Amino acid sequence: MSKYWQQKLFTIVVSAAALFSVGVLFFAVYWIAKDSIGVISWEFITDMPRRRMTEGGIWPAIVGTVYVSLLTMVFAVPLGIATAIYLNEYASKGWVVRMIRLAIRNLAGVPSIVYGLFGLGLFVSTLGLGHSLLSAALTLALMALPLIVSASEEALKTIPDSFREGALALGATKWQAVRHQVLPFALPGMITGSVLALGRIAGETAPIILTGAAYFYPLIPRSVGEQFMALPYHLYILATQHEQVAVVRPLAYGTALVLLGLVLSMSMGAILVRSYIRRRRTW
Amino acid sequence: MTNRSVTKTKEQVIETGLFVVAFMTVVFLMLILGFLLTRAWPAVQEVGLREFLTGTRWMPSSRTPGYGAFTMIYGSLMVATGALVVSIPWGLAVAIYISELAPAKVREVLKPTVETLAIFPSVVIGFIGLVVLAPWVARTFGLSHGLTAFTGVIMLSIMALPTIVSIAEDAIASVPQEFKEASYALGANKMETILFVILPAARSGVTAAIMLGFGRAIGETMTLLMVAGNALSMPTTRVLGLPLPNFFGSVRTLTATIAIEGLDVPWGSLHYSSLFVIGGILFTFTFAVNLVAEMVMHRKEV
Amino acid sequence: MESKQPVMSSRHISLWYDKTRALTDITMDIPEKQVTAIIGPSGCGKSTFLKTLNRMTDLNPAVKMGGFINFLDKPLQQYDVVELRRRVGMVFQKPNPFPKSIYDNITFGLRLQGVKKKSDLDAVVESSLRRAALWDEVKDRLKQSAMGLSGGQQQRLCIARALAVNPEVVLMDEPCSALDPVATAKIEDLILQLKQEYTIVIVTHNMQQAARISDGTAFFLSSQLVEYDTTVKMFENPGDQRTEDYITGRFG
Repeated sequence: MSKYWQQKLFTIVVSAAALFSVGVLFFAVYWIAKDSIGVISWEFITDMPRRRMTEGGIWPAIVGTVYVSLLTMVFAVPLGIATAIYLNEYASKGWVVRMIRLAIRNLAGVPSIVYGLFGLGLFVSTLGLGHSLLSAALTLALMALPLIVSASEEALKTIPDSFREGALALGATKWQAVRHQVLPFALPGMITGSVLALGRIAGETAPIILTGAAYFYPLIPRSVGEQFMALPYHLYILATQHEQVAVVRPLAYGTALVLLGLVLSMSMGAILVRSYIRRRRTW
Repeated sequence: MTNRSVTKTKEQVIETGLFVVAFMTVVFLMLILGFLLTRAWPAVQEVGLREFLTGTRWMPSSRTPGYGAFTMIYGSLMVATGALVVSIPWGLAVAIYISELAPAKVREVLKPTVETLAIFPSVVIGFIGLVVLAPWVARTFGLSHGLTAFTGVIMLSIMALPTIVSIAEDAIASVPQEFKEASYALGANKMETILFVILPAARSGVTAAIMLGFGRAIGETMTLLMVAGNALSMPTTRVLGLPLPNFFGSVRTLTATIAIEGLDVPWGSLHYSSLFVIGGILFTFTFAVNLVAEMVMHRKEV
Repeated sequence: MESKQPVMSSRHISLWYDKTRALTDITMDIPEKQVTAIIGPSGCGKSTFLKTLNRMTDLNPAVKMGGFINFLDKPLQQYDVVELRRRVGMVFQKPNPFPKSIYDNITFGLRLQGVKKKSDLDAVVESSLRRAALWDEVKDRLKQSAMGLSGGQQQRLCIARALAVNPEVVLMDEPCSALDPVATAKIEDLILQLKQEYTIVIVTHNMQQAARISDGTAFFLSSQLVEYDTTVKMFENPGDQRTEDYITGRFG
């Protein structure tokens, strides 16, 4: 085979692989959408599940997912942003800082089910918080922490040093420089980064199975001590655990679409806002 | 003057506070590790680590219990390795296409599109595997059901893809332009330049991408829980007399075991403790993989 | 050179970035209410020396320093660094206004000191901008973003911002290197105005600029102070062959 044809073949194979990956994505979205569009209705979104989940809607699962994700952010965002500020603005080189960075990277690598097991052992049983919104959110917060730290650090890195120097040269203290000339400009990036993390967290199943998501709990939780339904776990149950799997299959499709729509719109929204901010930036 | 010293104290308090918060990440990691170890200890003491790692009888709630987790280790390694066999060439091809072949406009669309795959909740990927791929596998290969290691491998390779593409693409893009120019100047064509100059120069990053992809694959729960069948078996087949893993059998992974049994297990029982042993195995495994990836990535390119 | 009382005086200053030597045994006085220019080729240490004068070098953890610098009656290290930087202001090479309004840029330093009264702030904004010869150009758009100004206007804004906290010394690190000739001329005029009230130290790679605006000139070469004298003497009759070579353009 001549060099020319080798190269042609190589290009075709590589391009086909790339095209295929895009194909997989659209195929996945299409496959879920085509069988679920018919299921989605106002009632499906806003109704309680009825008749052992064979009828009705998914309202408590939507609310549960929103609650647990927001509560997670309440714990993780302040910690994550403060950690990023320390690492990017204060930390000098040294073994303690290397250790912190190593810890963050390893937290990012711990399998989600191990977080779930840890949450079960510590929050649910040892600390006696039970299967609850609080236990699940604390568990998810540990998972979200490394995501938020790295997103926030990236945002801080976009702020030029001249802002810091300019403030310091005018007699600002370190914190005043950070507080007035760094944080306000890094904040939009930190928020969009956190929303991206929120999207990832909202779709997590494994950690919440063991810490607070309920098989069937057709109520809106009124306190952080209650169990809750969640879209990802609800989908798992409808898809594999329900005693009439075939009967509830349309509901499973609908749940999958709502979950996917929720997660993708959050992430896409954050990405769009981020690129808008980048284009608007004047420095 | 006192005003000054108040400001100074405040500065000190803020810096210390931020440090304490940042250091919490180390505390959290240690807490997770320590907690897994203490909860796993009773089972390790009672059963012995050797039995966990090599035994094949997993029946922790039986009257004559067995705690051999090798079946699940086998399952986890089998699907993770299988997934990488698919996703490494695929991911590298996508990374090469994005950084070296694609027109600028295509690249701008392609990279975020592939990264979107990473946003897909694993339970949704599992659902697609369950309703689309599994029936197809059953039909095509004449099986009674499609919940097999093969199905898990395919779905898992899709999940590992974005990790591999995005890190490998960064590594390839950071190969200096001079290397490529030198290669072209010596009469190499594009394919030769990519295969013999760019990929070798980017090998640290590519290796790290593979390691991280492997870590992700080993740690994945929901997808495999939904499509791999969860049978406590080690399917093998003989090819030319050699025993090889049979990908058309059902397997259960370490992760799936925790998810299945974690909810009903009585707290404090030996069974409960043995789940923490499995958690510890997973933790150690991913910790090691990440550490190696880290070392490879920060090694100086020669 | 000793006609006026020195405001700052450095004694045997040496400085390293990790293992790289940036300054070697620098001893020189900065006289009050004069313009002192520091010239020399790139990498000679002139900017580094300027940054030691308000301890901006402290920001780099890799920096190690020997010797001492007096500011008025005591060494720099005995000042609170924040107070020092207020009294020894700095203008940077690239104009670095904050991406805020012109008004907020000028008042930033004062607000840090707790000045809140609007009439006080207004007064300082006007007087600083007037002193920086920028008032007439921007007085109708004080609330607009400083990023909309031209490069030369931005640099004068940064000068006004430094003046607003009422410093005694103003350090300028190649303030015209990013500007066109017209904007440069305006800044030079401004510097000549400012020396009535302030002590100015300016680093420049432009020898004509040093000749035009400074009273004393120091020539740095590969981390050392080669020669320091009145500008007239330095340019007409330098005492060191290397100074003459540099000034006549034989290297650098």
